[in-house]
Amino acid sequence: MKKILFSALLLVVMIASQVVVAAADLEVNTPAISAIKGSMQARHAQLASHYASGAIGLTKDGLIAVRDANAVPLKERAGLNGVVAAENADRAKLYQEIATANGHPEWQAEIQNTFASRWIDKAQGGWWVQGAGGWTKK
Amino acid sequence: MKNWSIALVLACVLPACVTINIYFPAAAAEKAADKIIDDVWQLKNGAEKPNTNTVEPK
Repeated sequence: MKKILFSALLLVVMIASQVVVAAADLEVNTPAISAIKGSMQARHAQLASHYASGAIGLTKDGLIAVRDANAVPLKERAGLNGVVAAENADRAKLYQEIATANGHPEWQAEIQNTFASRWIDKAQGGWWVQGAGGWTKK
Repeated sequence: MKNWSIALVLACVLPACVTINIYFPAAAAEKAADKIIDDVWQLKNGAEKPNTNTVEPK
């Protein structure tokens, strides 16, 4: 009887520890994720003024998009498109990497959705963000 | 008796594994997103948050 009680207790501890593991942080400190983060951090210096001018905005799907190309001098527009494309490629890779680093590639879409709302939440006042009804200025 | 214990172990552990595998940890994902966004945008933790809250969307 005592033995059974002990096994039951052990079981509860085992399950509890699994739950704790499940509730713990997601792994985001892999070399791949750090590399993407570094590249995005460096690119942000180029993007910041375009967020502020409204040339680009944060989309509801966790990416960025050219919103108002007229806010950028004609000469710089091609460059802007390139930077936006590079940023979106990094973001897609980032969401993918976080999902695979945690052993659940199928989480990518949910991770992307989570980021989408967090980017918009953390966006500075004056930046353009995309909601269900279209673009709004924060 | 032993069979019972094994059955009990399986009955408890297997659903736990399944639950963990299908469940998306939304809170952990949000925390991870915040950390990465703070790094990418070089926001100071906590300093920027109240600031963004005071800016009402138009």
